[in-house]
Amino acid sequence: MEVPILKQGEVLIATFQAALSDADLEHLRRGLVQQVVKLRSRGVIVDVTAMDVMDSFASRTLREIAHMIRLRGAETVIVGIQPEVAFAMVQLGLTLEDVATALDLEEGLAYLTQKFKNPD
Amino acid sequence: MVLVANLQGAQANRLHKVQALQRKENRFMSKREFTSRDSEARGGPGVEIVRSEAPSELLRELVAHLRQNRTQLREEWVVRITETRLLTAMTKEEIFAEATSVYDSYVEALETEAFEALQAYARNLSERIIPRGVETHEVVGIVLLLRDVLARSLFAKYQTDFKKLNRILDAYEPAANRIANTVAVGFVQERERVIRQQQEAIRELSTPVLQVRERLLILPIIGVIDPQRARQLTEQLLRGIRTNRAKVVVIDITGVAAMDVTVANHLVQTVEASRLLGATVIVTGLSPEIAQTLVTIGVDLGKMNTVGDLQGGIEQAERLLGYKVVTLAETR
Repeated sequence: MEVPILKQGEVLIATFQAALSDADLEHLRRGLVQQVVKLRSRGVIVDVTAMDVMDSFASRTLREIAHMIRLRGAETVIVGIQPEVAFAMVQLGLTLEDVATALDLEEGLAYLTQKFKNPD
Repeated sequence: MVLVANLQGAQANRLHKVQALQRKENRFMSKREFTSRDSEARGGPGVEIVRSEAPSELLRELVAHLRQNRTQLREEWVVRITETRLLTAMTKEEIFAEATSVYDSYVEALETEAFEALQAYARNLSERIIPRGVETHEVVGIVLLLRDVLARSLFAKYQTDFKKLNRILDAYEPAANRIANTVAVGFVQERERVIRQQQEAIRELSTPVLQVRERLLILPIIGVIDPQRARQLTEQLLRGIRTNRAKVVVIDITGVAAMDVTVANHLVQTVEASRLLGATVIVTGLSPEIAQTLVTIGVDLGKMNTVGDLQGGIEQAERLLGYKVVTLAETR
């Protein structure tokens, strides 16, 4: 199942609908990294609310997405990690270090808006 | 040869059994009716003979005796209880009242051999006396005392007829043991139930997640943290972050004196997991011992935001959220 990428102002939003296969994740990574420059976006939000399992591949891919997008000149926020998923990830050592996270889409947008204002 | 002897014995048994059944209809027959004592008394060695009285009849006689001497035996029992300094948490009148109902239930259980009523009574009794601080050994003690008192009265009554005394005791003791067992188990079960209930209550009370301001939670932890409690704490905190849409959490561990490596690691994991939900965690009130533990396990302090005391933690949280507290005089 492919992940749709929506454009909202200067921000791209990718919302995971259900558990994704590894191929879907690769596809999403390619899509986001291309689109972010093509659409001149300054921020990307990846919404994982629907994911109730996060394996190491998904977690690594999210981290790669965030780092690649930074290299392409934009900010990434991962939003909507479920409490159980968060704790399971931490126990597996998948802490998404250096990646911004927020509670939900609204918080993510607020974070990016803040970041656009003072980009320190 | 042995086989033949056994067969003969078995046949003899069967024959006697039939005769006995014909003689006394409706009488309950159990294995206990065949005893070596009887065989010595009635027949040659190896041949077993049905005893003249079934245990149920003996029990009936026994119960009649206990009912007859109820007042006296009960008094004696109460005296023994006071002498041995059991049930010191209760007044004399209370002991007497309880003793009366215990005695009656005891005799009833002996008579009917139905232990459900006694079990229910034991549970009810335990429910009443556990909050008064009555210990397990006291409850077991009084039941054993009663058993003792009753056995002594049986000795006194049948001391002239030794065989009968033996048979009466054969009937009495298994039943009495079962009663003692039932009461003790009932008491212990009730006690365990109370303990379980209290543990649950403590667990629920011990991890409140409180909102002090919009988007600011505090989690004061007091007492010993075991791995189970740590886990529950994390679950409650993460759920609290989600429901209160918190951005900053202050975990205050002033009330925690020590922490082992597992729990310290768990705390660090909780901080990480909270970050994944988009919340910043500030840990306050670390004791020197805990600071030592954290350093020993090599916690990356860059990830942990720590402040000396709760007040400082809340102040920093407010700064992060963009609040500024000013006195009314300053605003004028």
